[in-house]
Amino acid sequence: MLEISCPFCGPRSETEFINGGPVRETRAENPHDFADSDWVDYLILAPNPLGPVTEEWWHIMGCSLWFAITRDTTTHEILPCSRKSHD
Amino acid sequence: MQNYSLFNLARNALNNHQGWREAWRTVPLKEEYDTLIIGAGGHGLATAYYLAKNHGVTDIAVLEKGWLGGGNIARNTVTIRSNYMRDESIPFYVKSLELYEKLSQELNYNLMYSKRGMIDVIQTYPKLREIKRRMLSMHLHGSTYEPLDVDDLRRQVPSLTGGGPNSRLPIIGSMLHTDAAVCRHDAVAWGYARAADDLGVEIHQNTGVQKLLRDPNGSIAGVVTNRGTVRAKNVALAVSGHTTTLTDTIGLRLPLRTFNLTAFVSEPVKPLLDVIVNCPDLGVYLNQSDKGEIVIGGAADIGQSFRRDIKQAVFEESVSAMLELFPSFKKLKLLRQWGGALDIAHDASPIISKTKIPGLFVSAGWWGGFKAIPAGGLTFAHLIANNEQHPLSEPFALDRFDNLNFILESGTTAH
Repeated sequence: MLEISCPFCGPRSETEFINGGPVRETRAENPHDFADSDWVDYLILAPNPLGPVTEEWWHIMGCSLWFAITRDTTTHEILPCSRKSHD
Repeated sequence: MQNYSLFNLARNALNNHQGWREAWRTVPLKEEYDTLIIGAGGHGLATAYYLAKNHGVTDIAVLEKGWLGGGNIARNTVTIRSNYMRDESIPFYVKSLELYEKLSQELNYNLMYSKRGMIDVIQTYPKLREIKRRMLSMHLHGSTYEPLDVDDLRRQVPSLTGGGPNSRLPIIGSMLHTDAAVCRHDAVAWGYARAADDLGVEIHQNTGVQKLLRDPNGSIAGVVTNRGTVRAKNVALAVSGHTTTLTDTIGLRLPLRTFNLTAFVSEPVKPLLDVIVNCPDLGVYLNQSDKGEIVIGGAADIGQSFRRDIKQAVFEESVSAMLELFPSFKKLKLLRQWGGALDIAHDASPIISKTKIPGLFVSAGWWGGFKAIPAGGLTFAHLIANNEQHPLSEPFALDRFDNLNFILESGTTAH
């Protein structure tokens, strides 16, 4: 089981969180500059690395904060987290 | 191929079984093939077999990083079923079940196929409504799903003593899927490997693909392995969780994410469960193996993972769910657990498709791919040989994403 450090509550058990998936590319400022295929890619593609991935977690059973951590998908090692508001 | 028969068994008994040949050959790796299949698991080997048998393509090498049948075909819960929701999915799995039923005869290999049926135990009204709708769509495509009342359910599964009227989630109904079956998972890989080898397919174990190679003209050129470069006109990926690991090496991005799905077995006990029991409201399913072990599976881990371990929380969740319905199983001791890296597509339906790189084909996104092996191999072979989709796999091409035409097939057990 993972121990995830919530920036507000400190280290808590994984079962208190909901995984929000990997952090994706930022949404384009002006959608009209975007081809349809780029829009499809933005919607469906997500990083799936064999190694560190930066992903969002939601502390649903705690302070309700959304934040990002970097976790290794092959070892579960968690690198320091950064506070991030969810949009 | 040396036929496995009673006559041959008796004949070989005369010389102390010294005359049996190896089930498949070990041959030197050539520098070039017509078609390379990456991954000697269920889907890879079935694809090789149907390519050779139905399409006459025999210049094939199946490259396997580890040992034959050591990936997800060794890491599932052996359930074969076709209780799906969508018009695209049901015919595909109906075909797969049909092929499974005759596969032992076709491959001349005993798969220990046992058509024992599966019961869905329903504990909430939304699920009951959903499963009735599922029944109606399944009947349209020739699959079997019959309502079973609670008394009949308890008669058929005597060990199911939980879920009474005073429990947290009382059982309100159930559904019997008579087409469902189990079979020996290793035998599927071995049977296909032996039959494919007999048709001239080469199987190379301990040959890990590190990189895909692209021709200057844009099409696929071959692969780089730990045993050197192998060139080929067609390269077909059937590597489950590591699909994106390989396609990333050639700059092709696919809508797949890899998750760890785990299962575990108890110590062997006397026969007490002769159907597969699925409890979608609790998120657990179980069956009893021929050896007597209770095979238990649950939901995938949260968050992407390439680890094939089990998390304590996932294990506890599955066990406590099971004990709600089968309280007497509390006495069972756990024997072993396993996990498999599976890739789930954006819409949770499989991908059998050509790609934007000519000559590169993918069969991926198998969430519960064991039941799909014969139909998956059949349709993938058709695609590779003709560069055109088989009618059954037409809906599962990658171009469905271009128009956001998703086939939303949430899991039957867990979501």
